[in-house]
Amino acid sequence: MNFSIYDFTSFTQWIDKVLYDNLPAFWAIAVEMTIIGVAILLFYALIGLFLVYAERKVCAFMQNRVGPNRVGPFGFFQTIADLFKLLMKELVYIKNADKLLFNIAPFIVIIASFMAIAAIPFAKGLHAIDFDIGILYVIAVSSLGVVGILLAGWSSNNKYSLIGAMRSGAQIVSYELSVGLSLVTIIILAGTMQFSAIVEGQANGWFIFKGHIPAFIAFIVFLIASTAETNRGPFDLAEAESELTAGFHTEYSGIKFAFFFLAEYMNMFIVASIAATVFLGGWMPFHVGGWEGFNHIMDFIPPFVWYIGKTFFIIWIMMWFKWTFPRLRIDQLLTLEWKYLLPINLVNILIMAFIVLMGWHF
Amino acid sequence: MKEIINLPVKNVEEEEYHINMGPQHPSTHGVLRLVVSLKGEIVKSLKPHCGYIHRGIEKMCEKDTYPQIIHLTDRMDYLSAHINNHAVCMLVEKALEVEVPERVKYIRTIVDELNRIASHQLWWCSFGMDMGGLTCFFYGLRDREKILDIFEESFGSRLLHSYYTPGGLMMDIHPNFQKNVKAFIKYFRKKIKDYDELLTGNIIMQLRTRGIGVLSKEDAISYGITGPSARASGFACDVRKHDPYGVYDKVDFKEILGTTGDTLERYMMRMHEMHESMKIIEQLIDNIPEGDYAAKMKAVIKLPAGEYFQRVEAARGELGVYVVSDGNKSPYRMKFRSPNFSNLSVLDHLSRGCKIADLIAIGASLDYVIPDIDR
Amino acid sequence: MNSFFEYFADIFRAVKSLLTGMKVTGRYFFSPWEIVTQQYPENRKTLKMYDRFKGEVIMPHNEHNEHHCTGCGICETACPNGTIEVLQAKIDMPDGKKKRIIDKHIYRLGMCTFCGLCIKSCPSDALAWGQEFEHAVFDRSKLTKTLNQPGSSIIKDIVE
Repeated sequence: MNFSIYDFTSFTQWIDKVLYDNLPAFWAIAVEMTIIGVAILLFYALIGLFLVYAERKVCAFMQNRVGPNRVGPFGFFQTIADLFKLLMKELVYIKNADKLLFNIAPFIVIIASFMAIAAIPFAKGLHAIDFDIGILYVIAVSSLGVVGILLAGWSSNNKYSLIGAMRSGAQIVSYELSVGLSLVTIIILAGTMQFSAIVEGQANGWFIFKGHIPAFIAFIVFLIASTAETNRGPFDLAEAESELTAGFHTEYSGIKFAFFFLAEYMNMFIVASIAATVFLGGWMPFHVGGWEGFNHIMDFIPPFVWYIGKTFFIIWIMMWFKWTFPRLRIDQLLTLEWKYLLPINLVNILIMAFIVLMGWHF
Repeated sequence: MKEIINLPVKNVEEEEYHINMGPQHPSTHGVLRLVVSLKGEIVKSLKPHCGYIHRGIEKMCEKDTYPQIIHLTDRMDYLSAHINNHAVCMLVEKALEVEVPERVKYIRTIVDELNRIASHQLWWCSFGMDMGGLTCFFYGLRDREKILDIFEESFGSRLLHSYYTPGGLMMDIHPNFQKNVKAFIKYFRKKIKDYDELLTGNIIMQLRTRGIGVLSKEDAISYGITGPSARASGFACDVRKHDPYGVYDKVDFKEILGTTGDTLERYMMRMHEMHESMKIIEQLIDNIPEGDYAAKMKAVIKLPAGEYFQRVEAARGELGVYVVSDGNKSPYRMKFRSPNFSNLSVLDHLSRGCKIADLIAIGASLDYVIPDIDR
Repeated sequence: MNSFFEYFADIFRAVKSLLTGMKVTGRYFFSPWEIVTQQYPENRKTLKMYDRFKGEVIMPHNEHNEHHCTGCGICETACPNGTIEVLQAKIDMPDGKKKRIIDKHIYRLGMCTFCGLCIKSCPSDALAWGQEFEHAVFDRSKLTKTLNQPGSSIIKDIVE
């Protein structure tokens, strides 16, 4: 039994084998699911806490500030302190609010982001489940979050929340389209919707390089559309702090607010990891054809690090967007989608299909 | 079946709802309350409710002596505190026919312009923040800090200075003042490029402000709009140019007039004004004449009975001070014509038919300071 | 056809303006030496306020615990807020006359608006600005200060 940080396949298969050898099939599956659940939960919490910290630091540096620096070294434990604060805060209940929907909404938002993370390959052989329609699944579940946002806005019995929720609804429904179509561009190139196969397909070059200009355009469109889909600035109309105070989560407090907050960051992580997987080769190292020594050094870096590095690079770009641009207006937001992103995307798919048909890609 | 069809159907098209923006709202810049009638996201009408920070400054002035009034005027439009002081000081000097030394006039003009730049910087911060670009806020405040440091070194405080007194100044400028101001101008000329790159040229900002909240020249005059907001509509109303005080008649500066009168034009006016203010300071800073920093005044200042009026160009528009004196050491009646109050009155006219986001942008471009509205 | 090119020109211009903005924030992100934040409680030792900083009104005393205040009360009338209250006492002079001197110079920091009129109007320059700025206290009554130190007296040459 040899474990390696470069290939987790043998490790996961070994766990599977040990469980099935010692337990009845039902219990083996139950234990497996529990292990995966706990692992994802831990990962989720850690990434969420780290992303909040990272966002604060990134925006601080962009704004000539230091950012959190009091709790722990370089303020590293600031978010943990915040978590405790949010846990201890009172949950405010609003008169005339729809109690049931009001309480369900944060869970829907967080479950939607939870489900999406299951299909993402973190390293070779390290994913919870490898659907052969992985991309379709991720797009499907990640758009469930908007239901939670709509419910939150509706049930809060607050006009600001309602406006925020309606904006969010219009926005996410439109931008789903661009996210989907830009991924379709790559699916044409890859010829599969299975995440592991997509990553394997990039062993000899990432799709963003393999697919010429159409792949690059698809990447840019995906970046813009996914920023919009996660409700982040400059598309944070649902929250629109300066207009709607806090938009759909105005009335939430304590841990319920934390759920919305965490879900926002996790959605960002999910779209970033999709972008990293589909366009930037997932956990595949960066190779330059012909440079053998360079490629060996790149191979030496574990795939998990590659994956995390690429994801955080995209997250950083999204943070860069947020902390630079002013917010769009709702009609401009829809103009951007329907008049610019969508037509470009459709033409882009045609070009990509043509390139694949003629075999012009690498 | 027939009854169901004949049920009175409420016309959804005409249904409006109200939201209260403020008194606690991130972009009403204080405790202003706007009752906004909305249809969907479209603003149908808007009612500003003032008075949440009414302190009765005009009434308080009636019990104070003239030097004491100065420190109250700081607290009206706190972002142009020096300029407010200037108005009262000049009114007293005019009433008593006191000629202030040249040095005082020069220093007052320079400090006024520094104050104007500081005020416009803060306006830029909050404008950026209202548009959703939070980074603007920190860049603006970073540069404003430099002016506040100059103020702190010379006058001892950063926001509410009470530096001018009737007849002159509280104390002479600090020996480092000229050097620091020149260093600041050099610094800010470099940094103001960031402002343009980050916000002015940005396509999102341009889209959100161009053609939004158009104010015609006629409306600007009839609503009594002054300052950069009125000049954006082409209404030449710069008191510094048309009724010069201080040494504004000796310096070369342009009164920049806009044409379109929309939100972007109001934005551009203030950006231009920062450049013009720097030009004014540059012309004056090396030529401050030697002399006293205050004219000789009586220990107890009593204005002769009568009515007096003095106006200055504050950072947001024309500030008028009107005093009725009965010959005592306190005014009989004091009235401030504050620029923000008139500027606020046009908000309803401008924002009808706009979206909520536009309302915020228009409000930010009018740049109101609530304590000046309520006094 | 013209509008077709205009469409792409629009996109190009928009992307260019966005990239210009991103250049600014990106540049500051990679230049941490531009950070302007002061680490306040840590830099307390080195933090020095400007000489003219208006922290609070103080009455400077010399090494013999003497001050310049004659207790005339001009500062009290000059103050717009009733911040200052001068309590006078009468003492017997050696030549048998009674003389008014200052008993307590009460200064209510909580009401002070830092206009500086008391300091400007003082005929004997007894008051000055102090540079202390950490005024937070747990009890409001602590903000009422007596400026002349206990047992202090007026500098002799002014009395004569």
